[in-house]
Formats: sequence, C-alpha cells, structure tokens
Amino acid sequence: MKRRNAGWWFAAPALAVIVVFFVAPVLAGFAMSLTDFDIYALADLSNLRVVYLRNYVELLQRPLFWKALANTLYFVGVGVPLSLALSLGAALLLHSPLARFQPFFRTALFAPVVTTVVAVAVIWRYLFATRNGFLNYALGAFGIPPIDWLGDPHFAMPAIIVFAVWKNFGYNMIILLAGLQNIPRDLYESARIDGASAFDRFRYVTLPMLSPLLTIVAILTVAGYFQLFAEPYVMTQGGPLQSTVSVLYFMYEEGFKWWNLGNASAVAFLLFLLIFAVTLVQMRQARRAGAMW
Amino acid sequence: MIARPAQLVVNALLVVMAAFALFPLLWMLAASFMTPGESAAYPPPLLPGDPTLANYRELFARAGIGRYLANSVLLAVSVTVCSLVMNVMAGYAFAKLRFAGRERLFRLMLGALVIPGQVALVPLFLLLKHLGLVNTYGGIVVPALASIFGIFLVRQYALSIPDDLLEAARMDGASEWRIFGSIVVPLLRPIIVTLAVFTLLGTWNDFMWPLIVLTDRDLQTLPVALASLAREHVQDNELMMAGSVLTIAPALIVFLVLQRHYIQGLMLGSVKG
Repeated sequence: MKRRNAGWWFAAPALAVIVVFFVAPVLAGFAMSLTDFDIYALADLSNLRVVYLRNYVELLQRPLFWKALANTLYFVGVGVPLSLALSLGAALLLHSPLARFQPFFRTALFAPVVTTVVAVAVIWRYLFATRNGFLNYALGAFGIPPIDWLGDPHFAMPAIIVFAVWKNFGYNMIILLAGLQNIPRDLYESARIDGASAFDRFRYVTLPMLSPLLTIVAILTVAGYFQLFAEPYVMTQGGPLQSTVSVLYFMYEEGFKWWNLGNASAVAFLLFLLIFAVTLVQMRQARRAGAMW
Repeated sequence: MIARPAQLVVNALLVVMAAFALFPLLWMLAASFMTPGESAAYPPPLLPGDPTLANYRELFARAGIGRYLANSVLLAVSVTVCSLVMNVMAGYAFAKLRFAGRERLFRLMLGALVIPGQVALVPLFLLLKHLGLVNTYGGIVVPALASIFGIFLVRQYALSIPDDLLEAARMDGASEWRIFGSIVVPLLRPIIVTLAVFTLLGTWNDFMWPLIVLTDRDLQTLPVALASLAREHVQDNELMMAGSVLTIAPALIVFLVLQRHYIQGLMLGSVKG
C-alpha cells in the first residue's frame, strides 16, 4: 500500500457502499419516476416505457394522494409543535435547580425513544380501546363518554399524534437539555440584578440563546414527522375512511402492494421536494427572526 | 426540609411526565403475565391477578418467536460489526489522511444527508432483487454496511487525534494499517461504542426495510413478525403484550447499560446541521 494513497484505501469500501446502495438508487429513483414501471416490467423489462411527467400529473389528480398529503400535513402541523413544546417543557423542568432525582427522570422520559415503534404501537392500540382501554377509563372519570379513538375518522389521527409525541419527545428533550446547560450562568445573574422576572429571563435570555438549536431541532423533527409510516401501518392500516393514510403509507401500498413502482418513485420524489421546500422556508424564517433579536 | 411551592410544582410535573412516559411500558409488562382475556375486563386491571408465563410459553412453542428473536439478534449484531469497521476506517480517513478530492467529497456527503432514505427505496429493492439478495439476510446487511451519519460521527471525533502522534509512528516505520490498529482504534474507542449502540438499536428497531425485503416468514425480524401477529391475533391482548416485551426489552436493556455513550452520540449528532 502506497503511503499517499492510504486515505483512499481507508475510505474506498465505505464510499463504494454509499455510491452503489444510496447514490445510485436515488438517481435511479428519479429516472424510474419518469417511467411506467409496473408488475409487467418487473417480469420483463421490455414492457417498460418512458412516460416523462405523466406519473406526476396523474398523481396530482388522484384524490387519495391529496388525502394522504393532507393527513401528513395534519400530522406534521399538530404533531411537531406539540412534540417540541413537550420536549422543551421537559428539558426546562430537568434543568431546573429545584428538580430532584434528575438522572432517574431523564432516563424515564427518554425510555420511549429507544422502544420499537411496532411493539409500542401494539400497546397503544389497547390503551386506545373504546370499551376497556385505559384512556377512555381515565376520561370517564371526568365524565367524558367513551371515544372510538382508532375507529372514528375524526379521532384516529389525533390518537396517532398522541402516540408519536409520547414516543419521540424524549429525543429532542435531551438535545435541548444539553443546549440549556451550555447557556452561561452569568447571563441569568445579570438579568436577575436588572430585576427581570422568571418569565422575562425565559423570554429574553433562554429563548434567544436556545433559538439556533431550536431551529435545528425543529427542522430535523419536521423532516422526521413527514416520514410517518409504521404508526398507521400497525395501529389503523390507514383507516378508518383513509383518515390515517400518510404519503409514505400511500407510497408503500402503491409500490409494494400494487407494484406500481414508477408511481411509487414519483411519490417518493414529491415527498422529498416537499420536505426540502419546508426546510428552506424554516431556515429563511430562522434567519429573519435571528435578525430581529 | 420544608419544600418550597415552586419546588413542589417542578417535581410534581416531572412525576406526571414520567408516569406518562412509563405507564404504557409498565402496563405492557403487567399484562404480559395475565391469563388470556383478563386484561379485557372493565375497569382495566393494573396487575395480573394470577401471574403466569403461559403467554411467553405460547409465543415460543406455537408462534415460533424464538426464530424471529434469533433473526433480529443476528442481523443487529452483523450490521453493527460490519458497518463499524467500514465507517470507522472512512471516518478516520476523512479526518486525518490526505487524499485527492477529500474536502469536496465530504461536503457532497453532508449535502446528501438531507435526502430521505425513502427516495432510494424502490430502486434499492430492484437492485437487491437483481443481486439475488431479496429474502436473504444479505438484503438487510449489505445496504447497511456504511452510512454517511456514521462516517460523519467518527470524523468529528477523530479530528481531535494529534497529528504528531501519527507522524511519530510513521517515522518509526509503522505501516498505515498498524497505525490504524494500534493507535487510532484505541483512541476512538468512546465514539466506536457510541456508534455501535446507535447502529444496534437502529437496526433492531427498523421496520419498513425488513418489511419490504424479508417476506419469507423464516427470515423475518421481531418487529415485522410482531406486526403480522398483531394483525392475526387482534383479540389476544396478553399474548401480544408478551411479544412486545420480547421486542422492547433487549433494546431497552442495551440502552440502560450503555446510556452514557448513547446520549453522548445523540448530542454529537445533533450539531451536524
């Protein structure tokens, strides 16, 4: 092995894997989204035809695609703020000098993050049961009549949001907790000397100091929540009345149930474009807000 | 000591949140020891009246869960071991070895981090089908052999290795492999453990890819098998809870034992933006 080429030899195996099993498929995915790749083409490639943007045009005319998009936006729009609020609240509580047993609480609140989505979705399905689930039992104590959480199109998505927030809030909590611990103590001291109340200190010291990290966390969480799949797959199978079909669930059925692989690739690319666009908007807003502070 | 009201509020809120986080997991554990049908009573029981291992016995004897457990362990361990070797080598190269195009390649890889894996899903499936890897363990292991995130994590940590140390070893006539094996790897130990825990838990919990690639029942992993069991045994609440315990417990135990490393990695990863 030549000394000056050593770097290449060390990096080459990993790079080869990434090129063959990630970069090439991403490019091929775009090419496939321009074809009518289906079960016939899967059997014999000579059945494959280039259809240019027809998959995209047809997708945009399908009610189920729009439904899946609306459901996903609902999940992201409600789930991400809720999830972030809970993460920030938990991080602030853990960071408080008044909190006892911090290591225990930190581990307990983080535990749902390392669980398997499928397994905990199975548990939550029973907690959400209409007749004998714990949730309705608890709500009954407040005089609220039983709700058919997973069987009523109005409640299925809220139920999935509650589940996803429970599963995920610990992740951002840990990151925000690290951010809180990095804020210099003397900033709080001087605010206190200036007579700032606890709320003022949060508003004018904590939030601005934490905002770069909050932006990153928000961007990553939005991108993650757009990829909703396992939760509806296990809990509702997209139902009732397709109220929990997400874009990715739609792609899975299109591709691996009906084998319309060209269509599925187009769905994947539209999802990618959407995530990318939302990320850009978030970054621009963060930059503008940064100028205000 | 008399608690101040503020202290009481903070700790009470923490208790409420911890209860919210842990209740589903504790109830799963309790229900897994209940007799069939017991958990369907109203009001829902918190603890088994007559604890039994029957659900676990049934899972192993009739549902063949031992096989899925073995598949999951085998896949998680092989993906972790193999990908560690490649990612650590590449991460070290990107941090400490000079080669043509290194900086440009690294920037490209960072950019590629924004592409969600789902975009590659369909062609990747066709590629593996072409290679004869669909419905084999290789279908899971081979595409996971290297990851951009893993390389990035190792590189960030490896930047702190002093160049003098490597130069001194080269002066002494050590080969690059020797330097890697006896100097670099020991220094990278903390990040290697972090990445190992990350990969292990990620592979163990993964659902969509094994669902697509492993359709043969004998090859399925625990989460995929559990999802199909859940569709068949909607009424067998206690049985499903036992299955969930078997799926969650190994990951949770690994996390509890190696908690410090896992959380360290999470914080390193979060500053990648």
